[in-house]
Amino acid sequence: MLFKTIKKQAFFDFYFPDFQCVGPKKVGINNNGKPIYQFLPFSSFDEIDLDYETTEYSAKTYFLPYKETLSSFEFKEDDWTQNIKYSTRPRVIIGLHPCDINGLIKLDKVFEKTLFPDPYYITRRQNTFVVGIDCKKPCDGGFCSSVGSNTVTHGFDLFLTDIGDRYFVKIGSDRAFNALQKIKTSEITKNDNELYLQTRNKFEDGFEKTVRVENLPNLLDIEFESDVWGKWGDKCLSCGTCAMVCPTCYCYGITEHISMDFNKSDKIKQLYSCNLNDFAQVAGGHNFRPEPATRLKYRYYHQHRGFVESFGQPLCVGCNRCGRACLSGINPTDVISDLQREQKR
Amino acid sequence: MKKIMVPYDIRHETDMVEPLDFNRRSRLKEVDRCFKAEITNVIRLTDMEKLFQIRMVNDKDWERFVFLPGQFVMLELPGYGEIPISFSSSPSIRSTIELCIRKAGKVTQALHKATRGAIVGLRGPFGTYFPMERMKENNILLIAGGLGLAPLRAPISFVIENRADFKEVNILYGAKEPSQLLFDYQYEEWHRIDDINLEVIVEQPDKKWIGPVGLITKLLDDIKVVPDKTYAIVCGPPVMFKFVCKRLSEMGVPMQRMFVSLERRMHCGIGKCCRCNIGSTYTCLDGPVFDFWTVMNLKEAI
Repeated sequence: MLFKTIKKQAFFDFYFPDFQCVGPKKVGINNNGKPIYQFLPFSSFDEIDLDYETTEYSAKTYFLPYKETLSSFEFKEDDWTQNIKYSTRPRVIIGLHPCDINGLIKLDKVFEKTLFPDPYYITRRQNTFVVGIDCKKPCDGGFCSSVGSNTVTHGFDLFLTDIGDRYFVKIGSDRAFNALQKIKTSEITKNDNELYLQTRNKFEDGFEKTVRVENLPNLLDIEFESDVWGKWGDKCLSCGTCAMVCPTCYCYGITEHISMDFNKSDKIKQLYSCNLNDFAQVAGGHNFRPEPATRLKYRYYHQHRGFVESFGQPLCVGCNRCGRACLSGINPTDVISDLQREQKR
Repeated sequence: MKKIMVPYDIRHETDMVEPLDFNRRSRLKEVDRCFKAEITNVIRLTDMEKLFQIRMVNDKDWERFVFLPGQFVMLELPGYGEIPISFSSSPSIRSTIELCIRKAGKVTQALHKATRGAIVGLRGPFGTYFPMERMKENNILLIAGGLGLAPLRAPISFVIENRADFKEVNILYGAKEPSQLLFDYQYEEWHRIDDINLEVIVEQPDKKWIGPVGLITKLLDDIKVVPDKTYAIVCGPPVMFKFVCKRLSEMGVPMQRMFVSLERRMHCGIGKCCRCNIGSTYTCLDGPVFDFWTVMNLKEAI
């Protein structure tokens, strides 16, 4: 890994011609008086706030849109033709936190480095210049350090850490290295390294919540029939909000939408949630997971058991967006702690 | 100022230019492109099921379309949707493929109105298959319940085409009513020409029915198995293969020698959408064919 430092102002002079730039924008104030941020397009650095705590939604939508046309069919007499388009629009996303970048790395495993690489995801990912930034302090209820997502070593083009008047910069790609040639950078000194480590240590000492997850694959198998699922499942409204705000939930459904003149039909992929009632319903009406509790259990089972089996790490990045967004107060750390207690009982 | 990023166009990748082949799973990138195919014949089997004979429009596509018994295909009905359907015919028939489809949902209802000449789309083949080569030199038990005969007809065809390679072959088939029996025009042929012992049982007989009455497990009473010389393929609703496989276990057949085919509503077929997940397993990639040991270890499978 190559490191540099940049004066903060020099970074703000960065100019991305012709690209859509996306960053954390303040969009409102929540009930507790805290600012609400979202990743939205901006045209000047004044519009974004790189010191933001967290965003309500993850930046997933710029890689896996909530709704995406996979292909369209054009009908002519008794025949049809299938047209497929891939998005090649270059984009820059500035201000992704380590959890979001780790989320992207996990999505890369599913959509790029696996059987049947996904062209829709790959084009969006390749056409996105990712600039990450370290968090100032742990976010409300975040437990990224528990799942190893508080640091990041790849999956970005540039990664910034605020060390006072300068950014400590990790360079993650050759295109980022070339881009940095255009602005003034400095080589890192021993002192910069010290400052960087101090900043990181201070951040890591700030965590209020930690959970054990390394024993979860085994525990989830043993506690498959546990009452814990009923307890939390009864609260679950099966609304799917958790999956929408999650940086890594990638389940989807495909439907076809025909035009009013019957000349064209679009095959549309829409992100789904395993908590929605009909997620595992098959033709004829049988539902393999009819109760909210089994669906909620499945969500944890996929994140902490299934994904670990396939890729050696949990799918969850510990951002706690689902916990904050949940309408009935279901919080991943509480659910996991409950399971851990069950083991000790 | 020079651009920091050159737009990336995946269409320039060599894998995208090469012809579509779904058997190259780690390289294929044009995952949503389907082969064009024509319905050449529609055969009515029962009130609910029809057999569709389908042929690729482009001969070159057909050359690459190589499948094995037990695998499935995503059948696209443009404007309606796409559904996973198991092959019902032998892979060695190079003129058409056959798909036996029950009228069950929106897409299949539309499909049942389709006639000869309709153009549909096919993506595939996908999934795992029955290890037919490994089964050679053994006795074979082919057990189907209801619509389970549709996927089972592919291994049946394989066994018939290679009849000399297999020892005793038994087909046990159970249905609710005689009117729901599939492929009844073939029973005589299987029995008299292909030297297969075929037993059919129904739960609710009509006046004309002279065969046995009851559940499929009843047919196993008269079957003698040599456990380490027998392979079993069981297709049907979960409750049926659960009891059948349990029974076969009691008769001594090892769980790794019993194969079942699971049914889930896949949306993608390529291990992405998670709709077919059972616990941590993708039915579309790791299945639909599993040995019974694996199924027993899957949470919520049956």
